[in-house]
Amino acid sequence: MKLSTRFGEYGGVFVPEILVPALEQLETAFVEAQNDSHFRSELDDLLATYAGRPTPLYRCRNLGAETSATMWLKREDLLHGGAHKTNQVLAQALLAKRLGKTRLIAETGAGQHGVATAMAGALLGLETVIYMGSKDIERQQPNVFRMELLGAKVETVDAGAATLKEAINAAMRDWAASYPTTHYLLGTVAGPHPFPTIVREFQSVIGTEARAQFVDAVGALPDVVLACVGGGSNAIGVWSAFLDDEQVQLVGVEAAGHGLHTEHHGATLERGRPGVLHGAYTYVLQDDEGQIAEAHSVSAGLDYPGVGPEHAYLLESGRASYVGVDDQAALAAAEALAQAEGIIPALESAHAVAHALELARACTEPRTMLINLSGRGDKDLETMMRHR
Amino acid sequence: MSRYDSMFEVLAERGEGAFIPFTVLGDPDPDGSLDVIGWLVESGADALELGVPFSDPVADGPVIQAASSRALAAGTTPRVCLDLVDQVRRTNPDIPIGLLMYANPVLAHGMDAFYADAAEAGVDSVLIADVPVAEVAPFAEAANRHGVEPVLIAPIDAADRTLREVVAWGKGYTYVLGRAGVTGDANRASLAHDALLGRLHALGAPPPVVGFGIGSPDQVRQALRAGAAGVIAGTAIVRRISDHHEVVEFVTSMKAATRP
Repeated sequence: MKLSTRFGEYGGVFVPEILVPALEQLETAFVEAQNDSHFRSELDDLLATYAGRPTPLYRCRNLGAETSATMWLKREDLLHGGAHKTNQVLAQALLAKRLGKTRLIAETGAGQHGVATAMAGALLGLETVIYMGSKDIERQQPNVFRMELLGAKVETVDAGAATLKEAINAAMRDWAASYPTTHYLLGTVAGPHPFPTIVREFQSVIGTEARAQFVDAVGALPDVVLACVGGGSNAIGVWSAFLDDEQVQLVGVEAAGHGLHTEHHGATLERGRPGVLHGAYTYVLQDDEGQIAEAHSVSAGLDYPGVGPEHAYLLESGRASYVGVDDQAALAAAEALAQAEGIIPALESAHAVAHALELARACTEPRTMLINLSGRGDKDLETMMRHR
Repeated sequence: MSRYDSMFEVLAERGEGAFIPFTVLGDPDPDGSLDVIGWLVESGADALELGVPFSDPVADGPVIQAASSRALAAGTTPRVCLDLVDQVRRTNPDIPIGLLMYANPVLAHGMDAFYADAAEAGVDSVLIADVPVAEVAPFAEAANRHGVEPVLIAPIDAADRTLREVVAWGKGYTYVLGRAGVTGDANRASLAHDALLGRLHALGAPPPVVGFGIGSPDQVRQALRAGAAGVIAGTAIVRRISDHHEVVEFVTSMKAATRP
């Protein structure tokens, strides 16, 4: 490998030997593409004319108005596809074409990454197969239909808890046999090197835009930047531009599910410990014997017992802090945002909104909060209806 | 001399290749897997490759995934696995025993402590499916400290640089992948190994043993003709473990194919 494979001690390439050449090939293509103005301009053009970048930065008029805090939303929910996932999917799909691959495979939890991959597959003429756990298929039906409508094949994964973890296992098994013709379009900053670095790079557009927009609007930096963390790509994306601004507090919000005191949550950084899952040395929810635990969250996108290795590094270095928001609080925050601003967030993003509201209520002096509203809630309407 | 070295030496004198069956420790339950291991030994296994069940076996196909799930459901922890090896070792002082497992249970046990306990139980080698040569150094060093041999995988299309590393770190034997993909016997090994086996011999690699996609005596003969020192069959064994007679018949026929 040419680039560093680690964030501090976290990351690495923990995959079967057979996949190492495919990862090396991907890294080479990534490095070359970064220095290729044609690649850059094709991606920028797609992001602008196809995906709808830049996305707006919106100052909430009503949410938290009773507090001394001001809430700003980075509107990734307005991106084509309905979530931030599209940013890096377009870039990886272009890399796949560059490598001469004819087929895309991807895992999906909430379905947002699967939808984005299916869109890119349709756009670029690549056969697309999406692995999805049967539990997620059941709770994200609209996205399953979207993927199929876009021409992708959705492969049901029944193993284990039948959620995102098993979908990734299935995609890795497919790739071990299919890598000569197939690109594994991993959807987050987790997995083996170079995925955490590639996904970070192509999600950094969120932070670059948000920082400039915020400074332009306010004339200063935000006090806090919040994002939900499942695998962690929207958080890494929005934080990337603020890492060197030491006065800006970075807060990641994990799924506390039924509560951090229970075994039913997705709070990997708060309740996990270092281990190897899906190709990376990172924080992992696991038992004493090293068997991976099942995560739980009302939001399928946060229902994952691992996390991107850069988050493990940011946690240990103290640059970012992580908190948990439970299912009920996330559902309540989704409703609060809907009724205050007319915006229905994805349940994943609602976790960040919930914690921002909690911080706002505790504010005794003016504070500015930037929340990455990573996706919209259309896919979650049925879940919200059921829980109301 | 290690147990693997002795085994390969004795087999070479007889002009035979090694037949190494694989089964998952704790499948269908800990006592049941001891029975299966007994059947493998009585039918002529030259060495044993034993899987330590893991919740997320990404290198395994459906048959071995199901075996791992059964073993975990029956309470098979890594500690139980080492106890089972200890029992096998008591009645089989000379047979080489390898573990095939995933990285996280090793780390959860504590890397150094794991290799120490494995050595104590009588394990000869450990192959970790999700630790390629690029990450193997700390694992191999811990293995070496305790006299356990780290086995590494050589994919059929491995770059020279990778093969040199495999040879530098690997001991016991070299696990040569019969084909791409995950474990399974439905998709047969390609066995176009002459070139790779030649390169491994030239680099002085530990004896090459072909695994993945091996399910018939014909394939055993082909692999040995191509220059392999032995073969491993896993899925084809695991499919049969509910039937003593079938296991014995299969292993006997596979072992027979290793003889000149």
